[in-house]
Amino acid sequence: MYFAEVSSLPLRLYQWTEQLFTNLGLPLWLLAILVATVKVALILGFILLNVLFLIWLERKLGGHIQNRLGPIYTGPFGLLQTLADALKVLVKEDIIPAAADRWVFMIAPLVAFVPAVMIWLVVPFAPGVQARDLNIGILYVAAMTSFSVPALLMAGWSSGNKWSLLGAFRAGAQLISYEVPLILATLAVVMLAGSLSLNDIIGAQQERAWFIVLQPLGFIVYLIAAIAELNRTPFDLPEAESELVAGFNTEYSGFRFAIFFLTEYASLLSSSAIAATLFLGGWSGPLLPPFVWFLLKTYVFVFIAMWIRFTLPRLRVDQLMNLSWKLLLPVALLNVLVTGVFVAL
Amino acid sequence: MPDTEVSVPGGAQGQVPSLIEDSPTQDLRTEEMMVNMGPQHPSTHGVLRAVVTIDGERVVDVDSDVGYLHRCFEKISEKLTYQQIIPYTDRTDYLAGMTNELALVLTVEKALGLEVPRRAQFIRTVMSELQRIHSHLIWFGTFGLDLGATTPFLYAFRDRETISDLFEEVTGARMMYNYMRVGGVRNDITAPWVKRVRDFLKQFPAALREYDDLLTGNPILKARTRGVGKIDAQTAVAYGASGPVLRASGVPYDLRKHDPYLVYDEMDFDVAWASEGDVLARYQVRLEEIRQSIRILEQALEGLPEGEFLGKAPRIVKLPPGHYYGRVEGPRGEVGCYIVSDGDRKPYRLHWRAPSFVHLQLLPAMAKGHLMGDMVAIIGSIDIVMGEVDR
Repeated sequence: MYFAEVSSLPLRLYQWTEQLFTNLGLPLWLLAILVATVKVALILGFILLNVLFLIWLERKLGGHIQNRLGPIYTGPFGLLQTLADALKVLVKEDIIPAAADRWVFMIAPLVAFVPAVMIWLVVPFAPGVQARDLNIGILYVAAMTSFSVPALLMAGWSSGNKWSLLGAFRAGAQLISYEVPLILATLAVVMLAGSLSLNDIIGAQQERAWFIVLQPLGFIVYLIAAIAELNRTPFDLPEAESELVAGFNTEYSGFRFAIFFLTEYASLLSSSAIAATLFLGGWSGPLLPPFVWFLLKTYVFVFIAMWIRFTLPRLRVDQLMNLSWKLLLPVALLNVLVTGVFVAL
Repeated sequence: MPDTEVSVPGGAQGQVPSLIEDSPTQDLRTEEMMVNMGPQHPSTHGVLRAVVTIDGERVVDVDSDVGYLHRCFEKISEKLTYQQIIPYTDRTDYLAGMTNELALVLTVEKALGLEVPRRAQFIRTVMSELQRIHSHLIWFGTFGLDLGATTPFLYAFRDRETISDLFEEVTGARMMYNYMRVGGVRNDITAPWVKRVRDFLKQFPAALREYDDLLTGNPILKARTRGVGKIDAQTAVAYGASGPVLRASGVPYDLRKHDPYLVYDEMDFDVAWASEGDVLARYQVRLEEIRQSIRILEQALEGLPEGEFLGKAPRIVKLPPGHYYGRVEGPRGEVGCYIVSDGDRKPYRLHWRAPSFVHLQLLPAMAKGHLMGDMVAIIGSIDIVMGEVDR
């Protein structure tokens, strides 16, 4: 079959390179580094391309929801708008406030961005197309997601601005609170699949049914908690414009701001991809090639997140905490309990 | 989600109630933080600077610092003839030019004992009510923005655009009209224009239902606004509140009913009011006022008489020596114009009673004990216009 031909191509390419290396007498660790570099480049390319599209999509969707057109002038349907914006932001002056803690201020965007990329290490794009199939895949994802807390705290603390600080504190409290129901929701999925590996989870869904059917409650908890983790409306308190000016990234400008922006959308994409993998069967699906299924399902979540953003007002700090600890957490625990009984039977 | 009710009696001093009474952090030594909210801040509606003392997220004290937009309106007026002051009044509350102009010309006409043609009075009523809707739509949009909902803003501005166009057609301007004249109005309204207003009134209720679907029924909105920024009737009256802020606190006082001017006494409409006194009540009162304005507009257009739109008035207006006070119900509250005349063509002293300025004094009483997010909702709910606060 054609798809099989295409998907075996990387493997054949790898075998050919391996042959070449042995023939030339080069050490194999060099090959490993080369392969890793290619993988990172591919993933980065995937993320950047998608983020370019995501930002355009968000503006276009927002436009249409709000009785506007969104970008129309730059390129067909304004598709090149993000490119133009990125260019503009990159040539801007990189301002570091006098009151800032220089080094912390400078590396904070990177601390946010690197883990957001590292999540993609375990994301299965299609059968066999995965940087590495870790047997603790989902645990790894949770760990990488948690990295955003120190990054935001660093950004807020080092800016030397009270609004940034407030935004960072809000972010810290919010991310830690919502991580709990998020992980509990994933836990129920893991219990059903019997494995932490994302590939096994997809396999389990192919055998039974998509976990959104078996785990409707867990899915809703995951959706809400994931949107909160992403700091998106109605949980966008860390950067609540009307309250905190721009929250933790008030003082950021130029390409450091761009990196925060990029991180935000990269996280949106990875959260959606993980959600698609956990609840919608990942790349599995009939007729269309697996990679297309993967993208389609990912963009379902992206669309939901954007739709919610342009529809709802923002919660208040205490209500945000109440929602997590008093509603989502008990519901998630109950879900784990029910799933446990179900699995035991 | 359980509602966390914080009741702050109006003008409460001293102890600030805490939501988390038995939290382990109570033993920690914490410090209050002072932040400058504004004059450049996305939700201070212009150049309000509020020095907010916060304990974590909780507002301990608010001190509003005004004057960033002071343009000496009152002093300049002393150098101008009464007709020349009219365009300046547009620039006090720049979102409600019509009612400001009206406050001035009504005061002057009262001092002169001038009779205004009936058609002019009807036109003025129509303009006032269109202005009220116009202004309330901006409030609705920006209030949504304050709460983090971006879409209502664009919906409201879509409909406001129609009214702006209507104003533009008659007055030539979309915000600074310079339309009222001593003795009438500057331009007559035409039959096609009246039809366009009627068309707008026909399709506008559908838009209002859209707003309700989008924001009013939203549980997050209710949770954010109920019980927040409470002001009881006594406090509201004591601070001199008027307009929607006063009416939302359970005092159904409306100048259009209680001190009728123009032809409001012939109109059949209800005073929109609520008794809760919180942000939600102010929200509901304003939305209801839009509906009542539609009623008034329909009647005013129905009863529009033929005749002159600008009556006979002296070219040189000299008010007899004395004190004069005229007031109208603006979108934000009682707009008052106090003139001291020494018999000259120019006022000896002119004082402008700006409702926003009065309502801004309520901010500390409303915001103390609430959270930073509430603070923004409260500022949004009192609907201040800094052009009017500073004049």
